[in-house]
Amino acid sequence: MSILLDEKTPVIVQGFTGQIGTFHAKEMMEYGTHVVGGVTPGKGGTTHLGKPVFNTVKEAVETTGAVASIIFVPAPFAADSIMEAADGGIRYCVAITDGIPAQDMIRVKRYMRRYRAENRMRLTGPNCAGTISPAKAMMGIMPGHIYMRGNVGIVGRSGTLGYEAASQMKTLGIGVTTSVGIGGDPINGSSFKDILELFEEDPETKAVVMIGEIGGPQEAEAAHFARDHMKKPVVGYIAGLTAPKGRRMGHAGAIISAFGESAAEKVEILQECGVTVAPSPAELGITVAKVLAA
Amino acid sequence: MDIHEYQAKELLKDFGVPVPAGGLAYSPEQAVYRAKEIGGDRWVVKAQIHSGARGKAGGIKVCGSDHEIWQAAEELLGKRLVTHQTGPRGKVVHRLYVEAATAIDREIYLGFVLDRQSERVMVVASGEGGMEIEEIAVQRPQSILRQSVEPAVGMQDFQCRELAFGLKLPPALTSQAVSTIQGCYRALRDLDATMVEINPLVMTKDGRLFALDAKMAFDDNALFRRSSVAELRDKSQEDPREMAAADRGLSYVGLDGNIGCIINGAGLAMATMDMIMHAGGEPANFLDIGGGASPERVTKAFNLVLSDEKVQTILVNIFAGINRCDWVAEGVVQAVKKIDLKIPLVVRLAGTNVEAGRKILKDSGLPLIMAETLAEAADKAVAAWKKTSAQEPS
Repeated sequence: MSILLDEKTPVIVQGFTGQIGTFHAKEMMEYGTHVVGGVTPGKGGTTHLGKPVFNTVKEAVETTGAVASIIFVPAPFAADSIMEAADGGIRYCVAITDGIPAQDMIRVKRYMRRYRAENRMRLTGPNCAGTISPAKAMMGIMPGHIYMRGNVGIVGRSGTLGYEAASQMKTLGIGVTTSVGIGGDPINGSSFKDILELFEEDPETKAVVMIGEIGGPQEAEAAHFARDHMKKPVVGYIAGLTAPKGRRMGHAGAIISAFGESAAEKVEILQECGVTVAPSPAELGITVAKVLAA
Repeated sequence: MDIHEYQAKELLKDFGVPVPAGGLAYSPEQAVYRAKEIGGDRWVVKAQIHSGARGKAGGIKVCGSDHEIWQAAEELLGKRLVTHQTGPRGKVVHRLYVEAATAIDREIYLGFVLDRQSERVMVVASGEGGMEIEEIAVQRPQSILRQSVEPAVGMQDFQCRELAFGLKLPPALTSQAVSTIQGCYRALRDLDATMVEINPLVMTKDGRLFALDAKMAFDDNALFRRSSVAELRDKSQEDPREMAAADRGLSYVGLDGNIGCIINGAGLAMATMDMIMHAGGEPANFLDIGGGASPERVTKAFNLVLSDEKVQTILVNIFAGINRCDWVAEGVVQAVKKIDLKIPLVVRLAGTNVEAGRKILKDSGLPLIMAETLAEAADKAVAAWKKTSAQEPS
């Protein structure tokens, strides 16, 4: 099994006919993702990459039975697209878009809460590389070939650092059930804890790698969850030991602005909660191997 | 994006937040003229830099005459103020704000932030104004009052009243407090601010409220729809290299080490810097060149990193996803030839088409040091830097 996504999941692409949407939709289809269509308001009724285009998410869901959506809509309009997906019957949404205003994300999160928990869409991202269940399907912009199928879950904020972890693991013959990017923004759809919960329930996943960074409370929250509610081992790493306080390191959310948000403080919290912290980012793979062997 | 105190006050005033009468000055003559316009017999001359704690750094002067105002202005203009928020290099004062002095009875702290835990706007208040919130949190944590704003309906008056009564303001001031708190909240919401801080909000001896200092920060991701806010940017307060980077679509943060970094992705960039430290070196900068590492982008990145004179070695670490290693390698080769690089360069490529990329680097004949893994890249960069710094006469 994998979490969130497999080869049968019917996926639509919001922002389908744009340059970026087109490029990645093609890559996703080549990887094996079951893309059933896309949404571009005003282009409904046409065909793109051999798939139908719809004006609205509702129409796309009614016609194709899509349950998942990936968003490549530009930042000024992305929050609106996420809310449309939530209202249109999508169950899982990946928002790739970078640069969405924080207040828009506050509104999105509030809007999603108007649905009962059992009908509520799950969102990952924005500002992420997406989600991949290797050898099955991908909803994202990652290079699929660096991931090997296996039994370790990955959850992280950063795209390329996630690739680094997956490729270190592949070199050691360790594969991945699903890799989930939760994105580098201060307010995001799913937290580390939300994804750990899914991995804990997945029978195929034997261990989880959590790649965090400076800023925000989510890594600490996840560490407490791992301690109190998880049987599976968690390997952690926090990027940004050299990051100065109060400076934003690329990601909108990567800034140390409060107590407990520095890499050193987070590492301490992770260790106190029994998470095995990789001593350096070059030792992510080997640390996973050790934990699996134990 | 940060703005000056006087700009924040002008914005907040439009939302009904009471501020003392004041005016901007670029010269001592203007400062004296502003004081005449304002009237009264006591004024405060305040250095406008993007930092708090200006008072402790000598950036705020209380004056009682034209002569004193002139002297204060002359002293402050052009001065480099160093506070614990500016870093050791400090920030240069180009603008002064002259304000009517206020007879203070009580000082209150009032702050509005986007709280990442609750994913809502959080209002924080304390009767211990004047101190910074970090100090209040340590010394008087029980004095801190909080209200969380429900995003669908916004800040409610009863929440403001709870704060006013919690702060033990006289009942006669409740309605002023409500409109002040609501004004700050609406400014934050309507202008896409990420932070509004009034410290102190003062109660005067004649029973009025005034925002004596005001600080606002804005969401860079929302500036596209807040053109009037974007116009308030004061580039003289920002690091020139970071600004140049931002103008070129790169994300750069200058640091104190000697190993320059060129990396794609913020997380990998931080991890590579951690690795350099692990290997016994110190990074000179954070630099994320983003997803598409085109030759032009790589050249710009090299120029940016090299504009820091401390840099003695460069480490390039690219994990190619959408972009291919062969294309990145072409970019590195072109850039290095174009800028005639004189210092050691370590390049690590990984991901799509890595073999083709490494071959291009090898065949280029350039004296660059290649690395296959993250650990090897950091070790080689630190070794190369130690070698160059050992050669330099000290």
